[in-house]
Amino acid sequence: MNQADLLDLYRVMTTIRRFEAAACQLLVDRKITASLHASTGQEAVAAGICAALQPADMIVSTHRGHGHCLAKGTDPGLMMAELMGRASGTNGGRGGSMHVADPDLGILGSNGIVGAGLPIAVGAAYACRVRGSRQIVACFYGDGAANEGTCHEAMNIAALWGLPLLFVCEHNGYGEMTPQSVHASVRDLAVRAAGYGMPGQTVDGNDVLAVRAAAEAAALRARTGGGPTLIECKTYRVRGHFEGDPQRYKPEGEAAEWKLRDPIDLFRAHLTGPSGLDAAMLDAIDQRVDGVLQQAVAFGEAAAYPPPGEVARYVYAEA
Amino acid sequence: MRELKYWQAVNEALFEEMARDETVTLVGEDVAAPGGPFGASRGLLEKYGPWRVKDTPISEAVIAGLGVGAALAGLRPIVEIMFFDFIGLAMDQIVNQAAKTSYMSGGRQRVPMTVRTLCGAGRGNGPQHSQSLEAWIGHVPGLKLVWPSTPADAKGLLKAAVRDDNPVIIVDSLTLWTSKGMVPDGDYVTPIGKADVKRAGADATVVAVGGMVQRALEAAERLAGDGIDLEVVDLRTISPLDRDTILASVAKTHRLVIAHDAVKAFGFGAEIAAMVAEEALGDLDAPIKRVAAPFAPVPFSTSLERAYYPQAGAIEAAVRSVLGQG
Repeated sequence: MNQADLLDLYRVMTTIRRFEAAACQLLVDRKITASLHASTGQEAVAAGICAALQPADMIVSTHRGHGHCLAKGTDPGLMMAELMGRASGTNGGRGGSMHVADPDLGILGSNGIVGAGLPIAVGAAYACRVRGSRQIVACFYGDGAANEGTCHEAMNIAALWGLPLLFVCEHNGYGEMTPQSVHASVRDLAVRAAGYGMPGQTVDGNDVLAVRAAAEAAALRARTGGGPTLIECKTYRVRGHFEGDPQRYKPEGEAAEWKLRDPIDLFRAHLTGPSGLDAAMLDAIDQRVDGVLQQAVAFGEAAAYPPPGEVARYVYAEA
Repeated sequence: MRELKYWQAVNEALFEEMARDETVTLVGEDVAAPGGPFGASRGLLEKYGPWRVKDTPISEAVIAGLGVGAALAGLRPIVEIMFFDFIGLAMDQIVNQAAKTSYMSGGRQRVPMTVRTLCGAGRGNGPQHSQSLEAWIGHVPGLKLVWPSTPADAKGLLKAAVRDDNPVIIVDSLTLWTSKGMVPDGDYVTPIGKADVKRAGADATVVAVGGMVQRALEAAERLAGDGIDLEVVDLRTISPLDRDTILASVAKTHRLVIAHDAVKAFGFGAEIAAMVAEEALGDLDAPIKRVAAPFAPVPFSTSLERAYYPQAGAIEAAVRSVLGQG
């Protein structure tokens, strides 16, 4: 991988981390007034998967989807405005954090219903096949969603039809407040792929290069008629299910252990170690990202709210 | 004009819409090789090929969700839920996804998806293959629901549903499946959201939909023998409701009966009665009457089923009641 690609991965991960930090602060300051689900600690999954996608490819995201959208190219200012309920947000202030969509970038939507994105991803991938296009679809879902019936239905049909689809399981260890040991029958969710006759692979979800390599292989397979792949990315949800979640259910020491495996720290160490890059280059990216996010917050704060008279607008498609 | 059976009109609409627009596809259980569980899609696989006409596993949630995703990615999918009752398995995709996408995206996305389904009422199909669940759909902003009563409307409403930029659920009545009617030649659509006065009358209004329209017309014939002139308003669309046609009819006849196969409680009859009471109480010369199923699941046994669904006699009795002859 060339230096520009490596630095871009770092930029994307840093943008996600700092975007969500800023959003969490806005929540504390009551400038965002809703439940917020941060993906802190999971940035390598979003960045690694989306790095393997083309601009015309599509993604389907989750309630913890800020990172997926940023990695696919959503403007941080437009998304911050959306989180703040402003008319100039990605969704005109009608969706909020759980529903960010950016159709021009192939972002079909985040989703407030756990497991609902998988059938939608099947439909988008079906559309690619009907059209004979070379587009593919990446469907992010969590270990919680893996236990929804929609996951089973979607994987069966995608494998049966050989659809151009990446099932990206972001295994962050918790389904809401319940750990994997209590909610899933198997430790490695990738083994379920075999039941559908599709390839499944477990990767270190905190190693962005490992995620990217798995995504590249799966994307090539999907694009060349080889059908779907399940990529299970083992990672950790650093923050709570929602902002404000006291997380009493997490065992002592668990977070500290995972802190040693922070995906941005790991990648930084890789870049300044084996890749031989200068730490100053990374510091410069950090500064640029901070500048972008300051502008994003300022844009959101300055943006107007949707007028109350528009409360019933967009219920049906406008001509 | 030609005489066609109801199912043949549906089949024609599918053929014509798929020929007109190559983004129209048909997906569902038994739709391709078997030609549809009741024959509606006969011949489509051979003409339009295995991707545009696609058999699915028995997976209603993914069938509906596939429609949403395909629509978001630029197709105009028609998806089939074999019986109306099975929509429960697909309800998240219909209610939380299809219905809300336009709104949640601030108008940046739309879901031009048609959901075809069939109501098995009146054929001994029992509690899980006979329900009239239109009120579930009518209660959700963002959805449309149409329910034809004739072959001509079946064709025109299906074509309108396919061309609509919103999710439209179209329900066919199994009791009408082999009924015959005149169907216009050439391309036409029946507008969504417009009721149709199937019989003009002066003395009282009956509002009905789908298979119930035929029973209302039978009641009208019986009453005509006694000099009572009944107006039969076929809603054709449950949501969005054609308030204007209902109110105009009530303004003319001053008496209103609403008949449906769904249970009376929280049925669309309640919505229409409330709407008329809010908008036009002064037009009424008698209290509104609802003729509907009792608050019970649909029974299996023929003797019970006949008692369950309102027949023409029940409509006739309700009309005589609002005319002070009950």
